[in-house]
Amino acid sequence: MAKITLSDLRHSYMPNPSNDEDWALKYLDLSWDDGGAYALLGPSGCGKTTLLNIISGLLVPSHGRILFDENDVTALAPDERRIAQVFQFPVVYDTMTVFDNLAFPLRNRGMAEPEVKARVNEIAEMTDLTPMLKQRASGLTADGKQKISLGRGLVRTDVNAILFDEPLTVIDPHLKWQLRSKLKELHQRVANTMIYVTHDQTEALTFADKVVVMNVGEVVQVGTPVELFEKPQHTFVGHFIGSPGMNVLACDINNGKAFLAGTEMKTSNKADSKSGKTEIGIRPEFISFADEGLPVEVTRVSDAGRFSVVDVMHKDLAIKLLVNEGENIPSEGAKIAMKPEQSRIYADGWLIEEASA
Amino acid sequence: MSLELKEISKRIDGQTHIYPTSMTLEPGSFNVLLGTTLSGKTTLMQLMAGLEKPTSGQLFFNGVDVTNTKVQNRNVSMVYQQFINYPNFNVFDNIASPLRVAGLPDAEIKSRVGRFAELLRLSPMLQRKPSELSGGQQQRIAIARSLVKDSELILLDEPLANLDFKLREELRDELPKLFAEKNCVVVYATTEPVEALLFGGYTAALHEGRVTQFGSTGSIYREPDDLISAKVFSEPPINTANVKKQGAEFVLANTIRWKAPDALAGLPDATYIMGLRPHLVGPQAHGKQSVQIEGEVLIAELSGSESILHFTFDDNTWVSLAHGVSTAKIGEHSTFHADVSDAFYFHADGKRIRA
Repeated sequence: MAKITLSDLRHSYMPNPSNDEDWALKYLDLSWDDGGAYALLGPSGCGKTTLLNIISGLLVPSHGRILFDENDVTALAPDERRIAQVFQFPVVYDTMTVFDNLAFPLRNRGMAEPEVKARVNEIAEMTDLTPMLKQRASGLTADGKQKISLGRGLVRTDVNAILFDEPLTVIDPHLKWQLRSKLKELHQRVANTMIYVTHDQTEALTFADKVVVMNVGEVVQVGTPVELFEKPQHTFVGHFIGSPGMNVLACDINNGKAFLAGTEMKTSNKADSKSGKTEIGIRPEFISFADEGLPVEVTRVSDAGRFSVVDVMHKDLAIKLLVNEGENIPSEGAKIAMKPEQSRIYADGWLIEEASA
Repeated sequence: MSLELKEISKRIDGQTHIYPTSMTLEPGSFNVLLGTTLSGKTTLMQLMAGLEKPTSGQLFFNGVDVTNTKVQNRNVSMVYQQFINYPNFNVFDNIASPLRVAGLPDAEIKSRVGRFAELLRLSPMLQRKPSELSGGQQQRIAIARSLVKDSELILLDEPLANLDFKLREELRDELPKLFAEKNCVVVYATTEPVEALLFGGYTAALHEGRVTQFGSTGSIYREPDDLISAKVFSEPPINTANVKKQGAEFVLANTIRWKAPDALAGLPDATYIMGLRPHLVGPQAHGKQSVQIEGEVLIAELSGSESILHFTFDDNTWVSLAHGVSTAKIGEHSTFHADVSDAFYFHADGKRIRA
């Protein structure tokens, strides 16, 4: 187990990167505490796989260092890093028994058989594989096989970290929660550093204590699930986390006040006029129909069962809001109110920090 | 056009894949086939398209029997989960291919492709090859191709399943708009109840080769005929538990009691099955008729804006769905509040007890 430090990391797949787009990873400086549960979350192409490969040693970064505790491992090969990895698709030896699959990494490293047995039994117990230890792996269902992969990831006691790369992709939707729960429970029991890579917000937020959100080669926010929802540091995070995502509405700043299509809006932070491209971010759940507010035209109502997603237009601004089942949606003369404490100004995508009052 | 299935069934090697099914899809309608993997969605679509021949029954397009008409002569398009494009054609030629096959003049092809590329936001990349595009863009090409030729029947088999979460959300938003102006019959297969709800239109709940209920999407969700349809249309899964009717009350786990709805007052004393959707169970008292359930948390799944808590109560796993980000820990003892005023009740055989 180790603390992992990524120091001043940059990576490009090109020999001579010149402009910003040439970098798959633009700049990264982070540290992950020993024993923490982390997630790397972002859309395809955001750089998370590049970063994963740098940590596991498949890729040497163009710039910067990786430290496990105080040791620089930047130049070390994957097998010298003592990292366990669990992949999208279960990697099992079909002809071997479940026991032999779990024992494989230990026997490979020459562990004595009595110790192998004790350790495999312990891990099988944790992963609910005990009743199947003598069965061939080939007879197991997809989630059973993925449990073997998980178990093999956990079986070694000498690993610095365990990396998970979208490990629940092949699992039936209605079984996912059980494996999610298993993973969390395992983390609590083994207290190993775990890093979970995914494009799925539910996977990331459910597993991790801290989530690293990435977009186009850079980290846009590191935060707890509550922080990512309540106070997105970047419009991308607001859009990506939550369904539907945060409204991002172009606004004008005049004398320190924010205007949406000419109407002054109260916000929880302030911007000055030289802030660059400015936008107001507000989540659909913090907007409601009201007697006073922005006049809007309702363009679409999508019934999601327990609530409706309502699309409205104010002049040329498209806005989404959520209305609970059973609540009234006005057909004419509709006005909407936005909670000022949940409305924030972003400049060039980034949250403008709230000035201390 | 309209599509009518009359007692259509499919058996393969002595195994029934689709039990005799009758339904009529109206002109211009959006129809969702909702069911888990292997419930028969793909088979039913292939029967509708003519890619599979039914073992029994008949299929009518606009009242004309097409049961024995080849798929090439039926004017249908299909979009699959694994998007299929011609890798050596650029985006324009991919979208244009069915029009070229139909022998349309170039000017017409150009204007139609341009229009659908615009709708699907593919205009800036018409000259590029599919392999240079993201998965979402590639699937949009396949969708554009299915729309461009004015098919009378468009079948989409889990077209968003392989896409990133956010892309799925975006396309879910766009798809109904694309079909709104068309008069074709659209059939869309999915495993996700939320997709069915957001698309609106009509939904057929499918379970083990049977359409258990077909009707307007809202009515299937709010008024399921039976326990299976209620289960098919609930994600996270609907909570079910045995409840005893005792006089004017329902009793859960011998300890939790509430007054039965007036309409069920006359129901004889017996054991019934209650179905309670997860959003009716939450951390705070809510709704018209709230009862308390003490549980032990198995996990809190966080989706960003909502939390799904799985917990055990009375040797049963329960699910709560509430707005906000939960900080509940595994193993924690917690009090949940269930609004039973919107509960469903079923007979032991699964038939819904209607008020």
